[in-house]
Amino acid sequence: MKIPPCLRWLLALCLLACLPLAVHAQAQAQAQDDTGQSLLASLDAASYARMDGAIEAIVASGDERSRGWLEALLGGKLQRHKETGRFVVVLENRGRNWPVVDALTGEALGEMSRRELDRIGINNALRGQLQSVLAVLDLRVDDVGARREAARDLLGRVDEAMVVPLQGLLEDEADAEVSRLLAQGLAIHRLEQGDAAAIESLAGSLNPEARAALSSAARSDDPALAEAASSALADIEQKLRLNSGLETLYFGLSLGSVLVLAAIGLAITFGVMGVINMAHGELMMLGAYTTWAMQQLLPGQSGLALVLSIPAGFLVAALAGIAIERGVIQFLKGRPLETLLATFGVSLILQQLVRTGISPLNRTVVSPEWMSGSLMINEGLSLTLNRLYVLGFALLVFAGLMLVMRRTRLGLEVRAVTQNRAMARSMGIRATRVDIMTFALGSGVAGLAGVALSQLTNVGPNLGQNYIIDSFMVVVFGGVGNLWGTLVAGLSLGVINQVLEPWAGAVLAKILVLVFIILFIQKRPRGLFPQKGRAAEG
Amino acid sequence: MHCSSSWLTRPFRERATQCFLGILLAALAVVTLFNLTLPAEHPLHVSTYTVTLLGKYLSYALLAVAVDLVWGYLGILSLGHGAFFALGGYAMGMYLMRQIGDRGTYGDPLLPDFMVFLDWDALPWYWLGFDMAWFAFLMVLLAPGLLALVFGFLAFRSRVTGVYLSIITQALTFALMLAFFRNEMGFGGNNGLTDFKELLGFDLRSDATRLGLFLATGMALAVGYVLCRAIVSSKLGRVCVATRDAEARTRFLGYRVERFQLFVFVVSAMLAGVAGALYVPQVGIINPSEFSPIFSIEIVLWVALGGRATLYGAVIGAILVNYAKTVFTGVMPDAWLFALGGMFVLVTVLLPKGIAGLLAYRLRRRRPPPSSSPEPTAPREASA
Amino acid sequence: MSFLHSLADRDRVFDFLVPAASPVDVRHGPILYLDGVTVSFDGFRAINDLNLTIDDGELRCIIGPNGAGKTTMMDIITGKTRPDSGSVWFGSRHDLLAKSEPEIASLGIGRKFQKPTVFEALTVFENLELAMSADKRILPTLTARLTGEIRDRIEEVLATVGLVECRQRLAGILSHGQKQWLEIGMLLMQRPRLLLVDEPVAGMTEQEMERTAELLTSLAGKGKQSVVVVEHDMGFVRSIARTVTVLHQGSVLAEGSMDQVSHDPKVVEVYLGADPDEEAA
Repeated sequence: MKIPPCLRWLLALCLLACLPLAVHAQAQAQAQDDTGQSLLASLDAASYARMDGAIEAIVASGDERSRGWLEALLGGKLQRHKETGRFVVVLENRGRNWPVVDALTGEALGEMSRRELDRIGINNALRGQLQSVLAVLDLRVDDVGARREAARDLLGRVDEAMVVPLQGLLEDEADAEVSRLLAQGLAIHRLEQGDAAAIESLAGSLNPEARAALSSAARSDDPALAEAASSALADIEQKLRLNSGLETLYFGLSLGSVLVLAAIGLAITFGVMGVINMAHGELMMLGAYTTWAMQQLLPGQSGLALVLSIPAGFLVAALAGIAIERGVIQFLKGRPLETLLATFGVSLILQQLVRTGISPLNRTVVSPEWMSGSLMINEGLSLTLNRLYVLGFALLVFAGLMLVMRRTRLGLEVRAVTQNRAMARSMGIRATRVDIMTFALGSGVAGLAGVALSQLTNVGPNLGQNYIIDSFMVVVFGGVGNLWGTLVAGLSLGVINQVLEPWAGAVLAKILVLVFIILFIQKRPRGLFPQKGRAAEG
Repeated sequence: MHCSSSWLTRPFRERATQCFLGILLAALAVVTLFNLTLPAEHPLHVSTYTVTLLGKYLSYALLAVAVDLVWGYLGILSLGHGAFFALGGYAMGMYLMRQIGDRGTYGDPLLPDFMVFLDWDALPWYWLGFDMAWFAFLMVLLAPGLLALVFGFLAFRSRVTGVYLSIITQALTFALMLAFFRNEMGFGGNNGLTDFKELLGFDLRSDATRLGLFLATGMALAVGYVLCRAIVSSKLGRVCVATRDAEARTRFLGYRVERFQLFVFVVSAMLAGVAGALYVPQVGIINPSEFSPIFSIEIVLWVALGGRATLYGAVIGAILVNYAKTVFTGVMPDAWLFALGGMFVLVTVLLPKGIAGLLAYRLRRRRPPPSSSPEPTAPREASA
Repeated sequence: MSFLHSLADRDRVFDFLVPAASPVDVRHGPILYLDGVTVSFDGFRAINDLNLTIDDGELRCIIGPNGAGKTTMMDIITGKTRPDSGSVWFGSRHDLLAKSEPEIASLGIGRKFQKPTVFEALTVFENLELAMSADKRILPTLTARLTGEIRDRIEEVLATVGLVECRQRLAGILSHGQKQWLEIGMLLMQRPRLLLVDEPVAGMTEQEMERTAELLTSLAGKGKQSVVVVEHDMGFVRSIARTVTVLHQGSVLAEGSMDQVSHDPKVVEVYLGADPDEEAA
């Protein structure tokens, strides 16, 4: 029972291998239609047992449309109009009336009632064979990506009949990835037949089919096979754990980079001026809305808009920051708690301005194409690009700030004022000017954070509120007036959060992190990297 | 002024306290009288709705007094007092939930509706005992008191002060809010506790109970005020002010500053808890939004507007801001946040001593104080 | 039986109600003893292997250029700063490094700060009341009453520091010199065994300086108080000093009478001789 179909498949696949050679000119359209019609007719007429022959014939015909027919057949969408005997492909088989196209010409035929149509049915055995045929067909295309996809689909579905043609394909294959996948597919098949040697080529594979094959082999009666399979499985499990660890680390670093972006501007203003800026989150919100506005101005060019909104977001937030400093904070010198209250008032006003001025609802900011998608590290691990970009952006902003602080006159003055305001003043540093510049810088960085955030979360009036407490925690945890502290604190809090999350759930993880920081502050009131000395203890 | 009388009776000899108590008691009496005796169509009639609204204001006023005690006199800006308020409220809410008995939607004699809804088959252990009023009322004091004790012990021992303390109190209430939002916590999650029926056997929907709650809140405010007054006019109060202005110096005088801070912080948290417990039966619901950091900061605004370190200023501020909120949210809800934000800015920049500061200034201009009595202590910002 | 007897004895209070007396044992040597104390801030050694001995009843002046570690030394004695190594003893019984600031203060060490620190929102009278030696636990402080005895003692100190007229004035509106006096008054109210006085005469007139000198010399004496004065004003130091210690870069450079140290070549080099204007600054 098993051999004849296999032989037939062999024949079909051999013919298939010659497919590229058989070029049919478009001019022969009429003749094609005739052959097409007869091919489909024989398919329709055949019983389940004979149908594979009809399928072979279609494959062997080398007709360009054969793939579409076979797919439609597989999906139950290849049907015959009862009255005209015309073969059609149903596009959407839901509801009472279905849109259909002519199977031969591809011409749209409008909608037909399901009653008018007769489906060409298949059974499960045929379904499996069809899938294999389609997969092998796909392995012939020129596009490497499509070939990889097809090879991946084949894993675990290779049967005896496909072995020889697949080996032939494997020899001719130029792409390493496709070769690897094909080899794996064949190895899985060999392993299913009890070939212990196949285990070697499956070792370290993260593909679930390979793992399934290995684990069923591990339960086999042959002790040598079982042992080899289970040791290979253990290796794979190890690799998977590493993968999920790396993934957690990546998500943690990504969350951490957002925290660093949100906190670092705050760290500057808090460290230098001792000022708690509760409106910092709203400055981030302004940055995010700047991105949105930029995209409204440049419709269809989301990439350009995003790049332009980096300086724009910085500028908008910095100007808003200067307005806050001049309008409110300068009157509250030396009264940090009242500054906190006043800036909280500012944050309420800014939020409400956005709510009434723009909308209380979230706005969508489009991610440009180069930021969507993901970077595949291996079969079990891929990194989403937008998070990778934000991580890189955060590190860039950090490096930039470090440069400003270490290498510029402003940075020198800022550090002087941070350490001893009175002394810096008597050295001729205009502390007021330094205050304004620092506040503008810190606010501008908040704007940058907002631009970055617009790529990760919803842009809405509450955007800032969601981050303000977290970013305070980062500053306090890292130690005031220490940018490295902020970086380390932000990234490690992000990672801690992500490590806890699968174990405790998102909300509880957040609570635990907050409690951890509250306790940590008791132990080290000045954070991870405290400033020391008499002045700092005053 | 600080003579040899006992610390508890001392406040009754102060002019300011006498005035405050007089006005408060008179207001309570007038509202009660107008509510009970005047017919509903009379222009001066105070409806039960208004009585409950006023009761809510009074519970806020008590909360504001509690915040003023720690902020005004101890220099600790707590941005987490809403948490103590809410804990007191939840303790009361749990009692009221147990009082519902089998009159809930699902009619379960033991489990509150939300637990039936969550398919729980037994009361969690921390709900035990809340069917007894005395236990629940004790918890109204103990739950916030214990939280303040543990948190304050840790914070003050390691000398976390100034803006650091403000930030971590805010983190505390934020963490609690997240926790109470969780259904698994067993406090009703998002919806909180509601649908209360009766308190100590009195129907919560009846007019008499509502008037009674209003009067009880007024009396609690009076007692809380006198207690705070007694503390701040004792030597301990002066140690607090000393701590606020020069913490290190106070320590070098031999005072264990962290214990004083802890004591006052716990007293304040308990007062906030009482305020919460009185608030809940009047508004008929307690949910995690009372834990939100914004509410806690709002409380601070009431105190700042009324005037810090005066206690009566806190009462004025709480009532004024909340009255304004009621009016605004009724007439133009969008403008309320502008008004609130504007108040934060204007009060801190232009009116650092609040309304009480203005009043004191007016009074002093009208008649100069006798030279023998000390000037009222000017509220000063504690250095961070 | 004797327990019941002690209960019946109404003349005496119960033992556990008597505040823990902390007599300073000076029979076996000095009242203050610093041994090999070292402290550094971020690698900078503010105090470097400092050894210092103050005898009971002594009046000691400590001088040294800015950054010599004078204030840091006081911070260590009063418990504000913890040294990296070394030991500090008060009498032969109390290891100061194991105690907190309030404990050290209640042992009988009083400190006047470089910058006068008084409680500005309280009246002069209240400042002195808070400073007074008393049971400084919470409940006793809450229920404390102002007895005639306490009043008398405060009045006495008010007279000593010349602030009788300002009794009910807020400390915040006093002049700089008055604040210095108030702080000295607060020290007196504490009745300490050891006074640490940081730059007491800054901002005082000549007359006030003389009165301060008089007061400080009268305070010091065997069995009464020991006084350590840190001062920049050489004239003032000369007028009160019996023994002078010169600090330099965190350790003792020279010790002896004013004449001895002012002729010590090392001292002249690092401090006195280098720039005569600077010492007066």
